[in-house]
Amino acid sequence: MAETMEMAVNLDYEQKWGFSDPEQYVYKAEKGLSPEVVIALSRMKGEPDWMLDFRLKALSIFRAKPLPTWGADLSTIDFDEIYYYLRATERQGDTWEDVPEYIKNTFDRLGIPDAERKFLAGVSAQYESEVVYHSIREDLTKKGVIFLDTDTAFKEHPEFFKEYFGKVVPPADNKFAALNSAVWSGGSFIYVPPGVKVDIPLQAYFRINAKNMGQFERTLIICDEGSFVHYIEGCTAPVYSSDSLHSAVVEIIVKKDARCRYTTIQNWSNNVYNLVTKRTVAYQDAIMEWVDGNLGSKVTMKYPSVYLMEPGARGDILSVAFAGKGQHQDAGGKVVHAAPHTSSTIVSKSISKDGGRTTYRGLLKVYPGCDDVRSNVRCDALLLDEHSRSDTYPYIEIEEERVNIGHEASVSKVGEEQLFYLMSRGLSENEATTMIINGFIEPFTKELPMEYAVELNRLIALQMEGSVG
Amino acid sequence: MTTEVATKAALMIEDLRVAIEGKEILHGVDLAVRKGEVHALMGPNGSGKSTLASTLMGHPRYEITGGRVLLNGEDLAELSADERAKKGLFLAFQYPVAVPGVTMVNFLRLAVNGVRGQDVPVAQFRKQLLETMKLLSMDESFARRYVNEGFSGGEKKRAEILQMALLKPQVAVLDETDSGLDIDALKIVANGVNRLLGPDLGVLVITHYQRLLNYIQPHFVHVMVDGRIVRSGGSELALELEAEGYDGIAGKNGSGKEQ
Ligand SMILES: Nc1ncnc2c1ncn2[C@@H]1O[C@H](COP(=O)(O)OP(=O)(O)O)[C@@H](O)[C@H]1O
Ligand SMILES: [Mg+2]
Repeated sequence: MAETMEMAVNLDYEQKWGFSDPEQYVYKAEKGLSPEVVIALSRMKGEPDWMLDFRLKALSIFRAKPLPTWGADLSTIDFDEIYYYLRATERQGDTWEDVPEYIKNTFDRLGIPDAERKFLAGVSAQYESEVVYHSIREDLTKKGVIFLDTDTAFKEHPEFFKEYFGKVVPPADNKFAALNSAVWSGGSFIYVPPGVKVDIPLQAYFRINAKNMGQFERTLIICDEGSFVHYIEGCTAPVYSSDSLHSAVVEIIVKKDARCRYTTIQNWSNNVYNLVTKRTVAYQDAIMEWVDGNLGSKVTMKYPSVYLMEPGARGDILSVAFAGKGQHQDAGGKVVHAAPHTSSTIVSKSISKDGGRTTYRGLLKVYPGCDDVRSNVRCDALLLDEHSRSDTYPYIEIEEERVNIGHEASVSKVGEEQLFYLMSRGLSENEATTMIINGFIEPFTKELPMEYAVELNRLIALQMEGSVG
Repeated sequence: MTTEVATKAALMIEDLRVAIEGKEILHGVDLAVRKGEVHALMGPNGSGKSTLASTLMGHPRYEITGGRVLLNGEDLAELSADERAKKGLFLAFQYPVAVPGVTMVNFLRLAVNGVRGQDVPVAQFRKQLLETMKLLSMDESFARRYVNEGFSGGEKKRAEILQMALLKPQVAVLDETDSGLDIDALKIVANGVNRLLGPDLGVLVITHYQRLLNYIQPHFVHVMVDGRIVRSGGSELALELEAEGYDGIAGKNGSGKEQ
């Protein structure tokens, strides 16, 4: 009888995650984006020429590409007002004592060192543009597992970058992938050697502190044959009246018989544009699982995707989006069946309240000749009031006949009879609504480690506070 | 006279008129349930029994257009369902709704804490839960199932009585708690209710069969037809009903009502 429900919370975002530190940076690039900013950033990182070239090419692609004409409204982003690179400290700590006091305090408040002690195998903490703290359990290092911030990994293991970097998500993929490619900094690099199973999760935490900040971490995960890893990421930012931009790229390679699970609990403050490209290529009998929770941000556009390249590969995408006042969560998933005997599921749950807007946008593609493909797509939307909105765009492109595809979608409201039933048992309207929502997203929550399930329910309770009655 | 009863009765229903979507369903119902008493409310389908039950519990769609309901002397009109529950009222639903994804244990825990107005320690709650489930012949695994989802008719009714046992109300309304039960399940449910009876609990058992009353013995029986209570009497009235049917009773009432 697991108790994953904790609802009597009386904190608001502002208090718990929305605090900020005074800005005291060792390097702050000038506002706006130019080749000079990119060159300075690359020089400061001591990168080889090929990476600088990669960045500059990406910058011109970013400039040439128009904003997407579909999805959420991005016309309000002022790219000239953003700081593209901020470095808060000279060096990275591998103990928390090595991290500047005020930054350590921030992560203390966010509960990271505590979580690290209790249930994580490794932790990475990024503050603005750079990873300021990094650790991994020693036995994993001995087994050859590499878990580093991406900048350090690039210096120490360039061979992986020559082979994989920018190959799964090329800069030209979309405008924001190009932007990230031009100014990327920080993020996680993971390599799991053949046959090694990382039994407890690795976590990265991303914190934006400064106003008008742009955070562009870059993550590369390689699961070698027969390996397993579960990577979890969380994020928060202070509440400011001006907007910040978070635009990450995540590239994952899952080789034969390997399995990767990538869990996100996105809890940006409501002034952050969150525009992220996440993609995996999965080979023979490999499994990729995206578990993607979006609660915060002003606008999110994110569609984790899996390319199933060889027979037996499987991709599962499970996502939850919660949009409150002024928020638009445009999320979903993408699966490309590029080989026969591959399977996938996409399950999306969305909740809109107080005029918030959720969009499910999904693509399921099956190439010709890929027979014996099985796929199931299910998206459910829950509307908490009449002002809120939910839309569904499930694109399906199937160029093969011998496939088995299922698709279901539903839109519902919190039922009057359910509310009455729960309230007749002593639950307040707010508690009852929260309970119905937690039940609605339970297929998602049950995939999370216990601590995160509790945290997610807490976040939902928080979103619900003050909205009813 | 009315005031005197009001001070004694835990549940006092006075000339209650109720409408749904503008249509009056209850046309003036009077009923008083004291603690320690079991009342049966019988009547054909559609006579308004569930309407009365939902109104007592505070369903927002049921509009009180006349009369009042008092719980321990307090007018319930302005109270929401959760406030009524906290004041000791309980309704076992005729059709309990499913709440997908919410486990019984999480739901019951919050309900118990809500009604008692304090957090019951987890260990103590679990102990109570497991013991009560055992009395109702419910397997432990039941606690991990989702509220009413995929429950058989019998499981739903048992789950309602489980909730009643944990919430310890002062007045309980049981709406068709016998419907859809085979004889073994009926015995278990009736047994569960009988265990809870005592000087601190008043019960209103709603049923349209006499069958349940063989197992839960009422002190009083009321017959509702078309939104009115047309006869009230002792437990023998249930037998009379069994013999003559509602038509017979309602017919007799035609003259009796004018008295
Ligand atoms: N939610 C509702 N909306 C409209 N009419 C209703 C509703 N509930 C009950 N009624 C009507 O009220 C009358 C009494 O129904 P009900 O109280 O369920 O009777 P019983 O429980 O005695 O079978 C019936 O005519 C029924 O159609
Ligand atoms: Mg009924």
